[in-house]
Amino acid sequence: MSRVRVLIRPKAGILDPQGQTVERALPALGFEGVTNVHVGRLVELDVEDPSQLPAMCEKLLANPLIEDYEIQS
Amino acid sequence: MKFGVVRFPGTCDEVDAYLAASRVGDAEILWHADPDLKGVDAVIVPGGFSYGDHLRVGAIARFAPVMAEVERFAAGGGLVLGICNGFQVLCEAGLLPGALLPNTSLKFTCRQVDLEVVNASTSWTNATAVGDTLSIPAKHTTGRYYASDATLDELEANGQVVLRYAAGHNFNGSVRDIAGVSNKAGNVVGLMPHPEHAVDPLTGSADGLKLFASAAAVPA
Repeated sequence: MSRVRVLIRPKAGILDPQGQTVERALPALGFEGVTNVHVGRLVELDVEDPSQLPAMCEKLLANPLIEDYEIQS
Repeated sequence: MKFGVVRFPGTCDEVDAYLAASRVGDAEILWHADPDLKGVDAVIVPGGFSYGDHLRVGAIARFAPVMAEVERFAAGGGLVLGICNGFQVLCEAGLLPGALLPNTSLKFTCRQVDLEVVNASTSWTNATAVGDTLSIPAKHTTGRYYASDATLDELEANGQVVLRYAAGHNFNGSVRDIAGVSNKAGNVVGLMPHPEHAVDPLTGSADGLKLFASAAAVPA
């Protein structure tokens, strides 16, 4: 079994209102100098055959039309 | 014309879709776990929160046993309508182009919207005319239609943009004001607003009935 993390992000260029909201909220709390905030999601999984991960991402974990994914093993 | 309305766990608008379809034909509920369309002439994938919207809207529902049959049915020219969550499911399944993203407001919004008919020759809009305005309610959090510019140009060239939000009514931030699209053949249509909630003047508008009447007029 390998412990794997898949990071899923909104594709570059697609409007990310969650990221924008966080970016606007941080200065209000006194955290200045923060730009390019994007909010995605993290999927953690134990897998017997990590070579299947790209197919899992393409078919289910991410929607390649709107999201990029990064597999961290 | 017999309509089948798919019910997933978490679907909540199947009864209104069933009642709307029953005004123009016969209707039956189809259970998500049964790989059987029961011989219906048209399939409606209704609104709601299939599988709790877990992972991504529509991402799990597209693999339900009934969906393999819906895909086969659509490929053979069968009439399929996706409403709201059903539209999201059809996009995830690849039966319709594009995807639905969270509203730019990030808020759930429920309001009446005016839709402009852009293509009146699909199986689900043939009882309307190009330029008609349909007043139909919309209620969703994840309804911002998105496709790449290249895809959008292709959709427009092919007449696959079926419905647009009228000026001032695009509350969710959809690209090019797109409210509904079709596949290339026009037998599969999806839209975010809810025509099944606008079938009786008693509730403000009966414009939504035109979509069901369109399908009912297609020879079975």
